[in-house]
Amino acid sequence: MEIFDIFLLEAIVNGVLLGGILALLALGLNLIFGVIDVVWICYAELIMIGMYAVFYLHVEYAWPLWAAFPVCVAVVSALGMVLHHFVIRPVLTAEPINQLLVTGGVLFLLQGVATLAFGVEFRNVGVRLPTFEVGGMFLSLARLTAFLIALASMIGVYLFLKRTYLGTAIRAISQDRTIMPLMGVNPSRIFLITSALGGALAGVAACLLVLQYDIHPAIGLSFGPIAFLVCVLGGLGNMIGGFLAAFIFAQFISVGGYFFHLEWGYVLAFLFFIAFMFWRPQGLLGGKS
Amino acid sequence: MTRALPWIGIALLAVAPLAGIGNYPLHLMIMCLLWAFVYTGWALMGRLGMTSLGHGAFLAIGAYGVVMAWNLYSVSPWLSLPLLLAATALVAFLIGYPCFRLRIVGHYFALVTLALGEVARMIIIALRDQTGGSLGATPNTALADTSWSIAALQFSSKVTWFYIILGFWLFGLWMWTKVDRSMARLALEAISQEEDACASVGINVTRLKLGVTIVSAMMTCLGGVLYAQYQLYVNPETVSGIGVSLQMVFGAIAGGMFVRLGPTIGAVFTLLLAEMLRLALGHDVHGLDVTLYGLMLVLFIIFMPKGILGAALAAWNTRRAKSATAAAA
Repeated sequence: MEIFDIFLLEAIVNGVLLGGILALLALGLNLIFGVIDVVWICYAELIMIGMYAVFYLHVEYAWPLWAAFPVCVAVVSALGMVLHHFVIRPVLTAEPINQLLVTGGVLFLLQGVATLAFGVEFRNVGVRLPTFEVGGMFLSLARLTAFLIALASMIGVYLFLKRTYLGTAIRAISQDRTIMPLMGVNPSRIFLITSALGGALAGVAACLLVLQYDIHPAIGLSFGPIAFLVCVLGGLGNMIGGFLAAFIFAQFISVGGYFFHLEWGYVLAFLFFIAFMFWRPQGLLGGKS
Repeated sequence: MTRALPWIGIALLAVAPLAGIGNYPLHLMIMCLLWAFVYTGWALMGRLGMTSLGHGAFLAIGAYGVVMAWNLYSVSPWLSLPLLLAATALVAFLIGYPCFRLRIVGHYFALVTLALGEVARMIIIALRDQTGGSLGATPNTALADTSWSIAALQFSSKVTWFYIILGFWLFGLWMWTKVDRSMARLALEAISQEEDACASVGINVTRLKLGVTIVSAMMTCLGGVLYAQYQLYVNPETVSGIGVSLQMVFGAIAGGMFVRLGPTIGAVFTLLLAEMLRLALGHDVHGLDVTLYGLMLVLFIIFMPKGILGAALAAWNTRRAKSATAAAA
């Protein structure tokens, strides 16, 4: 029996492509946690709303996708700002766990609103990118595109944080919240901008996921938990750690799913996560405590 | 008089089914008491700063364990129950011990336990040949030609179930009181405030946390068994995963997790809300109940973090204190 068979390789490559998307999800969450110190449990639900935005613009109003995508990013970004202003800001000084739970309330709220507005039927944008063959492996163009755009967005965010004045202010606030106001940085403004940026990343993820998956109000639950675990695995708030963790997690899901069933891939990934937590509770690359 | 109040309340509850209330109100009461028992179990550790988002896993062990043992191996619930409780205690230990030793607290604890709840859901779906996967499972009926079966723990009469679950609910409140009056509670409250300081004065942090976690997990497992036996249907979405885990957390928070009857009030409140909306709007409007539920949770956590009962008691106490000072002056 050949140890290096082509289907295993295909699973690995697919895992890498999946890793790109997971890394994008983790980046948005990590950015928000790193700066504002809040985990948005409802992050995947923001993505769900973004996916519906694309669906409605493209299918109902016949907008071309290239026009629908920027609107989707803008909508989710605005949603992030609304979430921060009305939900997170009032509990900024409350117990940390209440901050986590209040976004859990938003999770139900968004799911309910989506069910009310869009119904429980599965929706589909009707765009299916073809698969192509590389050296005997069949890869999906949608996944490859998603991987590349996710990578580009991450580089974009990295450059923004490192090269711009605003990015520097965001990084400074994330390091010391009490000192920076004395240096003339307005934390509430930075928080709002960070929320908008985190929302925009969710919007980008929505545009990429809508090409691969059907939309329904509970879709957030199918990738939301994974996104949190990726963040924790990498070290909450640590963006590089989240990036690495996304690829590790994706390999577990993809290769585990290749050897067993897809669900067993998830089970393996989650069990690995729990075991890893006991070995390095602070995550792959340290992270904030 | 105030001492007699709880007994009067229990007596009223106990005679309620005999007063000839219909099947539907009886069913609602049973569900309220059942979830109240589970929420109380969750709040036992939740109020001490250990926010578990994975209690769905324990519920799933109870609910699926008892159904699978009966369907696949014809093992009576009486036999599987102790095994399931032991399994739950083991899982709680395996997850709790490292967490508490390594000081995984707050966000991290919530997210590690969240992974546990999802593992349970994924395993149930992955074993679809045995569990029926997302379609759920129904225990083989033992009620084909009889109305009750002690061996299978199946009863067709709702009144029987009412008394069984009333008993467990009272047991849950009794457990709460036991924990509340113990030294351990004081130590655990101190731990939730300042863990290092507690360890420095000789409190065995890991052991205390582990103890209350195992009790809480076992109560949840028991709730799962009762749920499966009463409903005679289990589904991975309703007994495992993030959805039901969050439901427990929010039920306890809405009612008030720092007072004994808080989780019960939370269960009654959330259940009646959902039922009332369903009755008012019918089955056609999907999602309004979830929308309002979510909205209220957000408002509760922002404006009333102590919950309904907690806030009511606090208001009552300030009023009493005010009238007392007025009387003194």
